[in-house]
Amino acid sequence: MAEDNILEVKNLQKHFNLSGERVLKAVDGLNFSIKRGETFGLVGESGCGKSTTGRTIIRLYEATGGQVLFNGEDIHKMSGDKKKKFHRDMQMVFQDPYASLNPRMTVGKIIAEGMDIHGLYSGKQKKERVSQLLRDVGLSEEHAGRFPHEFSGGQRQRIGIARALAIEPQFIIADEPISALDVSVQAQVVNLFKKLQKDRGLTYLFIAHDLAMVKHISDRIGVMYLGKLVEVATSDKLNAKPLHPYTQSLLSAIPIPDPDLQKQRKRVILQGEIPSPLNPPSGCPFRTRCPHAMPECAATMPPFKEVEPGHFAACHLL
Amino acid sequence: MAKPILEVKDLRVSFKMYAGEVQAVRGVSFSLHKGEVLAIVGESGCGKSVTAQTIMRLVPTPPSYIKEGSSILFDGKHEITKMSESQMEHVRGNEMGMIFQDPMTSLNPTMTVGAQISEGIRKHEKVKKAEAMRRAAELLTLVGMSNADERIHQYPHELSGGMRQRVMIALSLACNPKLLIADEPTTALDVTIQAQIIDLLRDIQKKTDTSIILITHDLGVVAEMAHNVVVMYAGKVVERGTLNDIFYNPRHPYTWGLLRSVPRLDSDKNNELDSIPGTPPDLYAPPVGCAFAARCPYAMQVCKEIDPEHFEVSAEHSSACWLLHPDAPKVEMPIEAGRRANG
Amino acid sequence: METISKDKFQPAQKTTNAESIVRPSLTYWQDAWRRLRSNKLAMGGLIVLILLSVLAVVAPMVSKFDYETQYLKDIDLKPSWAHFFGTDDFGRDLWTRVWWGTRISLFIGLVAAALDLVIGVLYGGISAYFGGKVDNAMQRIVEIIYSIPLLLLAIILIVFLGPGMKSIIIAYALTGWVGMARLVRGQILLVKEQEFVLAARTLGAKPARIILQHLIPNVIGLVIVQITFIVPLAIFFESFLSFIGVGIRPPMASLGNLINDGAHYMRYQPHRIIFPTIVFSLILLSFNVLGDGLRDALDPKMRK
Repeated sequence: MAEDNILEVKNLQKHFNLSGERVLKAVDGLNFSIKRGETFGLVGESGCGKSTTGRTIIRLYEATGGQVLFNGEDIHKMSGDKKKKFHRDMQMVFQDPYASLNPRMTVGKIIAEGMDIHGLYSGKQKKERVSQLLRDVGLSEEHAGRFPHEFSGGQRQRIGIARALAIEPQFIIADEPISALDVSVQAQVVNLFKKLQKDRGLTYLFIAHDLAMVKHISDRIGVMYLGKLVEVATSDKLNAKPLHPYTQSLLSAIPIPDPDLQKQRKRVILQGEIPSPLNPPSGCPFRTRCPHAMPECAATMPPFKEVEPGHFAACHLL
Repeated sequence: MAKPILEVKDLRVSFKMYAGEVQAVRGVSFSLHKGEVLAIVGESGCGKSVTAQTIMRLVPTPPSYIKEGSSILFDGKHEITKMSESQMEHVRGNEMGMIFQDPMTSLNPTMTVGAQISEGIRKHEKVKKAEAMRRAAELLTLVGMSNADERIHQYPHELSGGMRQRVMIALSLACNPKLLIADEPTTALDVTIQAQIIDLLRDIQKKTDTSIILITHDLGVVAEMAHNVVVMYAGKVVERGTLNDIFYNPRHPYTWGLLRSVPRLDSDKNNELDSIPGTPPDLYAPPVGCAFAARCPYAMQVCKEIDPEHFEVSAEHSSACWLLHPDAPKVEMPIEAGRRANG
Repeated sequence: METISKDKFQPAQKTTNAESIVRPSLTYWQDAWRRLRSNKLAMGGLIVLILLSVLAVVAPMVSKFDYETQYLKDIDLKPSWAHFFGTDDFGRDLWTRVWWGTRISLFIGLVAAALDLVIGVLYGGISAYFGGKVDNAMQRIVEIIYSIPLLLLAIILIVFLGPGMKSIIIAYALTGWVGMARLVRGQILLVKEQEFVLAARTLGAKPARIILQHLIPNVIGLVIVQITFIVPLAIFFESFLSFIGVGIRPPMASLGNLINDGAHYMRYQPHRIIFPTIVFSLILLSFNVLGDGLRDALDPKMRK
């Protein structure tokens, strides 16, 4: 495999056993890799398994099957010091700016927690470092003594980023970090992500539920539907020439803040609802909403194949 | 011009809190005509939802207080700010309907959707139960639900988010309201479902000619269905105008900022997105002068001292910004904000 | 508007910081105290409780009489300056006995609550934190204990250990913690899934750190509220046992057996039942209004 891949996900599966013998196949056979220093966007609607993927990669969940290789090592086999090192190298930024910070801790303590766990700095040095991190994310050191509820959503999200940065990770999983924020604040946070990537050579897995912002921040994008990847391509290619009908409809669902353009463009509005992941359709999971569904689609799951170099998709039309 | 269906004048709403008074709405005026879709745009905390909920008198007192001098005139005869709770109960549902962001919390989980809609109908109209049920099924068909005759016997938890929002819309339409207030109707939904709901709302608006107040932070949704737009910031209207005024000739730096912070289809990945630095002011202690001054790249001395009045650009278009004062330096509008897609 | 001078339209210096926070900073506890203080009923309850506790400690100490010595010359006296609450049929000073009884009752209530707290929080916390099979087994045990009638257990224990404070406390502690354990478990299950706990896990935090730094601080408010409801329950339990004659035995005083005693003389000497009943009711009522007030003050959902 290519040496510059920081992360390789091979046939990753995560199934949840529910009551009554039911199995929720939240993630069902994912294959993708992320190059060092790039941003990989993972997009899909609710129930598609994108957040589960992120959490399995960072080992909040144990995988049911498959492998996650981080710098060539299987993360689910790590233990002891290796595991501790892994926790330093991979960090996560969460979705909900109101639930992701402990309401009983001051911001300074929240940011310093990683340093405490890994015994990185102490005393005056630690304090100085917290101030520096606060400044890095556009806040100031006097904020360290305040509690999370005193901040706005965007400010809290930046505190969450500072917490992740405190232990100098190489790789950050951003799980819908902007979907709860206002538009102007979204841009702020996205810019901050980009700036930090440039300054520190970070790699991102950026999870989102729509393509609007993701295609702006990502180098490559994976589109998920009901636990499976349906398309992976560079951001530009995906935007210019989406191959999978689901990707096409996601792109056309982005509302454009331009009335004239809005009137001109033809939109593919999908009919129906997302099927329950507990009871997914046979064959291609998207067939129940697909405008081009054929009998073949109900019978077999289309293979995930490389249609053009670096452009993968799973559709019988191709 | 015909009389407006809703006229809001100098609306001020405050919340009494431990630390003092939070002035959520600080003098908002606008009017809405029959068949018009008015979008109120702004970020969280700008007072747009409080404004909408005050029109329906849904914010509890205490902690909220409508201040002296505020006026909400509905249908030329109802002064909403002075009405009692029992009078409001008649107006709500009968003449005004509301669609909330989260349909799950606004539907009764222990009643079938048919029972809820028919109850809504029977509360305001004397019809037989069976007739009300039949009308409920009709409404569900109108909002695009197939097998309406079966759907009326389902409970909210048996439906998906998009379906619940459709039920919510049917419920709000149950009594042919003159005014529909949609408070972030698509925010909680998946993107492909959002598109369906916007389509539906636009469709229904055309069919029934209802007036709609659309509360949203999503400029894309605004571009798709609004006729006129009010931009709010920190409890005040900073700009108002037609859809084209706001998107192609915006005059307030905050509107510019809002428009520029959304990535365009063709925006360059390598460039930074334009964002508005900082955070909106805390309305517990609103700043003297223009509330946007602290975040405004064009702020002048006067902005920090005196809050600007609205300057008229045209009959329908006005903006509360000192840049429109004859003495102010001429500022070029940032290109992207006012660019038309086709040239 | 014409009065604005032209130089005001020069671009202004950037002085204000758009990120600054203007509201006064309040910690969780300061905020809760502020809320509680504004609740008159709860504060009334708190003040009454403090007064009663002080009296329970101080009154028997400074009184000329003690709770058990009998003065057969002074039997059945009405309230007077010498005996504020009168005397009983053995000539014992009721003022001393009532406050002594209050002391016993409060002591039993507090010890029972403390035992509940320790067992319940540990049990519920472990059950919720480890989850899965551990949780399942521990919850079945809870259900079994829950199904044992408290009164029956108490009476059996008293038969074996003999009546007295120790038996009452043990009987209560054996079953009382179940409610606390359930509450703590439910709350920890909720908090455990919050993103800030996930964040601590991704930072590599060990279970001890997560429990001490993240889980407990976020359930402690609810636990305190629960305690203010447990104390009066335990007091009530003690009084009930003493009232039916299997709890605290005379000459030792408790509110329960004082009320029982008084009940026999209700017709002729109503003061003998009135005073202990008033104190008893005040304790229960005060704990309940204080508990309600604390719930409003500490509930994070009500926080604005």
